[in-house]
Amino acid sequence: MNLESIPLQAFLIVSSALFCIGIWGLLNSRNAVRVLMSIELMLNAVNINLMAFSSYVDNNLIQGQVFTIFVITVAAAEAAVGLAILLSLYRNRVTVDMESFNLLKW
Amino acid sequence: MSIAITTQFICFTVLSLVVIIGALGVVLLESIVYSAFLLGGVFMSVAGLYLLLNASFVAAAQVLVYVGAVNVLIIFAIMLVNKKEDLKPINDIKSRRVISTSICLTLLSLLIRVDLTNVWSLSSPQNSIGEESTIRIGEHLFSDYLLPFEVASVLLLMAMIGAIVLARRDVMSKDISTGLPVDQELIEKASEPLLTNKN
Repeated sequence: MNLESIPLQAFLIVSSALFCIGIWGLLNSRNAVRVLMSIELMLNAVNINLMAFSSYVDNNLIQGQVFTIFVITVAAAEAAVGLAILLSLYRNRVTVDMESFNLLKW
Repeated sequence: MSIAITTQFICFTVLSLVVIIGALGVVLLESIVYSAFLLGGVFMSVAGLYLLLNASFVAAAQVLVYVGAVNVLIIFAIMLVNKKEDLKPINDIKSRRVISTSICLTLLSLLIRVDLTNVWSLSSPQNSIGEESTIRIGEHLFSDYLLPFEVASVLLLMAMIGAIVLARRDVMSKDISTGLPVDQELIEKASEPLLTNKN
């Protein structure tokens, strides 16, 4: 191994795999809490991507790290509101099964 | 970073494996409680990856916000809504699984192809500023990213108020401004859930 550092592509592949796992969980989960967890996984994949590019391409003006901070902020807000919506849904329908939340289905 | 390259590779491999296997466990395990704790492990490993990228401030923020706040919130939500229920079987679940899995694998292969075939123009050697990155983030937040920073604070306030309004159960018997009794018919009843009969 005569590389100087970990290649950028390694980080990108890890974040791609994490993002695809998140999408799979989002599409296939029956439990609404697991759907929220999958969204968090996808946001983390995006964060890894931003951090890798920030470190390898733009390492003097680390704007990717600032964007990551903002994404973390938005993710925290999203988790709080999402779980509040989930509690309110549970109170109204007494289930967390995604298949039963079909009131807006045409 | 002053760690030897072999150590960096070992750390990266271990952290990536924990991230990928933990994420698979999050979406595949039966028990939602195990999923929540594995999610905490995934968040910690992602923080380790940030440390490998020489971003100590973002790694600390990741641990504080994700592991300390989001994961605990998810565990509380599981505790509040954790009811054993028999899920209704879906008749075309097989084809759904096949289609979604093939879509995800296609997307993954496309992304990996882009990652590997594109020629990235890496401008300079990695990590030239090192620990100064925390100072640099603070400068960014108070100069050219000042407006997004302030908007983020408003967003957090809105999220806090919205979460409280959405999740609270108790209702007031009187209107605050007028003092008149509130029409209780307009408010959801805890004993008789709305919308349950329509599936």
